Amino acid sequence: MKNVSVSAPAVQKKTFADRVRLEIRTSGALYIMALPVILYYLLFRYIPMFGTVMAFQKFNIAKGIFGSPWIGFDNFITFFNSYYFVRLLRNTVLISLTDLVFNFPAPIIFALLLNEVNNRWFKKTVQTISYMPYFVSIVVLCGLVIDFCQAGGVISNAFSLLFGESVNLMSKPEYFRTIFVGSNIWQGLGYGSIVYIAALTSVDQELYEAAVIDGAGRWKQTIHITIPSIMPTIIILLILRMGSILDVGYEKVMLLYNPATYETADVISTFVYRKGFVDYDYSYSTAVGLFNSVINLCLLTLTNYVSRRAGEISLF
Amino acid sequence: MAMVERKTLSRRVFLAANTLLLILIAFVCFAPFLHVFMASISDPALVEANHSIILWPLGKVSPKAYELVFKNDNIFIGYRNTLFYVIVGTVLSAFLSLLAGYVMSRKRCRWRNGFAFFITFTMMFHAGMIPTFIMVKNYGLVNTRWAVILPTAVSVYNTIIMRTSIAAVPDSLEESAHIDGAGDWVILFRIIFPLVKSTFAVIVLFYAVSKWNSWFEAMIYLTQRRDLYPLQLFLREILVQAKAASSADSDVVLYETLQKYATIIVSTLPILCVYPFVQKYFVQGVMIGSVKG
Repeated sequence: MKNVSVSAPAVQKKTFADRVRLEIRTSGALYIMALPVILYYLLFRYIPMFGTVMAFQKFNIAKGIFGSPWIGFDNFITFFNSYYFVRLLRNTVLISLTDLVFNFPAPIIFALLLNEVNNRWFKKTVQTISYMPYFVSIVVLCGLVIDFCQAGGVISNAFSLLFGESVNLMSKPEYFRTIFVGSNIWQGLGYGSIVYIAALTSVDQELYEAAVIDGAGRWKQTIHITIPSIMPTIIILLILRMGSILDVGYEKVMLLYNPATYETADVISTFVYRKGFVDYDYSYSTAVGLFNSVINLCLLTLTNYVSRRAGEISLF
Repeated sequence: MAMVERKTLSRRVFLAANTLLLILIAFVCFAPFLHVFMASISDPALVEANHSIILWPLGKVSPKAYELVFKNDNIFIGYRNTLFYVIVGTVLSAFLSLLAGYVMSRKRCRWRNGFAFFITFTMMFHAGMIPTFIMVKNYGLVNTRWAVILPTAVSVYNTIIMRTSIAAVPDSLEESAHIDGAGDWVILFRIIFPLVKSTFAVIVLFYAVSKWNSWFEAMIYLTQRRDLYPLQLFLREILVQAKAASSADSDVVLYETLQKYATIIVSTLPILCVYPFVQKYFVQGVMIGSVKG
């Protein structure tokens, strides 16, 4: 009895210092390993998050975040009431949705078409060539697009055969989205199909044999066997894509647009960039950026929630 | 498909149309490279007059455009800086992701989930361009090489790929090493690393490609240091902003378009040459990435 009462408090009385010592001995190295990464995220991700308070200030770079006067939601109100709000939201969502509608199924269709090919050499060659555009840098890609679409350029000329004179397509607001999405497809088709091609090769061949015995043709086999087999892959990639509806590839927009096409091309991120780095309106730019981040966070949380409810697939 | 099938007429028609379509797709993927290369070695006047796709050299083949490109110091400066950013940046980033991936996959580490959330949360919420810029400026990094390397040093995505791969290594290996008295550093580099080498190669590749491609950070952080510009920023000036080299030299004017094309080839060919050798890692990487992180 005495023994118990002595040893039990002894276990509890292990001091904080003791526990720290034990932790350091057993997993001190883990802390050292994690430290640089924690520092990185603190310095370049979390501390700037506190910087977003300048969205609620009349920020003055000389006074800094702690000295600038507070103005509440003025920047947001100005933004929501401005002509740009509707335009930016519309462009961002439209570009993103158009990209989703065309660019999401394209690699799937490409993979399905490749899957029908019996000649392995031909399949491999087409596949290898289709990856090539992925290795062109964004800047070079946009350089190519601009060169081909300017007056006298290859695409512009082909276009002129159908519609008359060869014009600079880059200065036509009505074509911006087509150009943006089209060049995305060109660059991402082969690369995007990799995962589907791999999923297709792992479909159980016996299913097809059984279907043939049941008298199903190729089309029926595709609809009832092939597509359902790759459905999980399709869904997870779709969820990943849905969360970033407002995350248009703004670097590419920035390289392709010009004042003549702002009407259809200007997206939230490019506006944030211009307000901040061209007009030096730091507070306003931060406010618009914060608006974007909050919407993104909501979309991500929502898609994750929906996907968790819909099935076992969740991202976090 | 390894099975015997009846080739009906409609099946034959489909296969023929499919083959044609795939050839067309492959051609569209490849044609711009061909056009740019063939035009770059053609006669500039003929290229100017030509308005359709160029599939073979026009006029006399000449390397003149390439000579002009190599006379341009910016291309060399850009290449040198980009090499620095790609090599130093990739080594640093891949190493940090390896460490973080290892920590996140240790089951005996009680704070690993908190640590993982700390990292993944940054993927869901961004501070935004200006607050990040102001902080980087406060740290004194603006107009230094480190402004290109540090603010984008760790990618959540690559770190999670690394974690997934390390977590798949059987615990028994770690336990037996632990009994032999090995610490975490030894376990990571002697036991785990050799087993996850191919995933490490994948993230090295992903990091290298994103650093090679990157221009935006350099544009906002290196405003006063043209000598530190990566290649992509010079390319942007030449290809996107179309800043013609101011020169009285008539060749420069005549060769403007060809020089652009030659620049594209010079800046893209090295990557296209490396690509057949790394293709396998890319395919592998896409596969790991699409599995739940």
